[in-house]
Amino acid sequence: MRLWLPLAVFVAVLAIIAVALYRPADRTVYSAMVGKRVPDFTVPALLPGKPGLASARLADGKPKLLNIFASWCVPCAAEAPQLMALKAAGVPIEGVAIRDTPEAMRDFLARGGDPYAAIGDDKTSAVQLAIGSSGVPESFVIAGDGTILLQHVGDIRADDVPAILAKLEAAK
Amino acid sequence: MRRLAIPALLLAAAPAFADSTLPSAPLANTQLSDPAQEAKAQALMVTLRCLVCQGQSIADSDAEMAGDMRALVRQRIRAGEQPVAIRDWLVARYGDYVTYDPPFGLLTAPLWIAPLVLIAIGVWLARASFRRRRG
Repeated sequence: MRLWLPLAVFVAVLAIIAVALYRPADRTVYSAMVGKRVPDFTVPALLPGKPGLASARLADGKPKLLNIFASWCVPCAAEAPQLMALKAAGVPIEGVAIRDTPEAMRDFLARGGDPYAAIGDDKTSAVQLAIGSSGVPESFVIAGDGTILLQHVGDIRADDVPAILAKLEAAK
Repeated sequence: MRRLAIPALLLAAAPAFADSTLPSAPLANTQLSDPAQEAKAQALMVTLRCLVCQGQSIADSDAEMAGDMRALVRQRIRAGEQPVAIRDWLVARYGDYVTYDPPFGLLTAPLWIAPLVLIAIGVWLARASFRRRRG
């Protein structure tokens, strides 16, 4: 009995270590703002003819998708077709461009299409930090009253679209 | 020729997650003019995690986002905000994960309590074995 106890403890420690080592680690940083209101921010327009973005615009009564992206970000180009599909499904998509320039953005939109109702110019990642996003692209489903319902980290793949649409539909 | 082609192509390949071409924020790599304020900012920055290079503090990291976070910390310190308030602001957005000095809670309790428990077990074991030897 006295010999079995240390052995059992040893095996238990080993088991904990083995499980922790072999379980794939999730290094995704999730926002703690999900379930809360969109923080107050105002960012100017990046492109002439397309409005900038203020948090009031995200709380105008209609559920929306807030997309944090950049023209220099490769996965952002990869998710462009999915954003175009969401736009075609009637989803208003508001964009915040991180550390971007009008010229690069124009090229980017010419390549992948322009699903954005507005594009805010965030040269210092201020909106990104305020909403708890840790990279580009990230998308947030926002309810009509400005509550953040869902955070999608990384590019939206084709099989992510139904879940995002369902969340937006449920928010109506 | 063929043997050289692949390394040559690898050299030419663009990194998948490129950074922007914009210069870093004004306060990302510039100290505050008031040394006392800069010291305060620095002390806070070494306790904040860089979110894209997760093993580093924002004071250590060259990532663009770390630069933007340093700029945010310095701006707020310059505006007279307390370091604790800035840390709480970030924790409200990213959770305790963003700080290297996490508060005592359900999740961190084992870190503090486990050593005490282990010492207690050690003392108990030592006492038992000393007593046996004496007898």
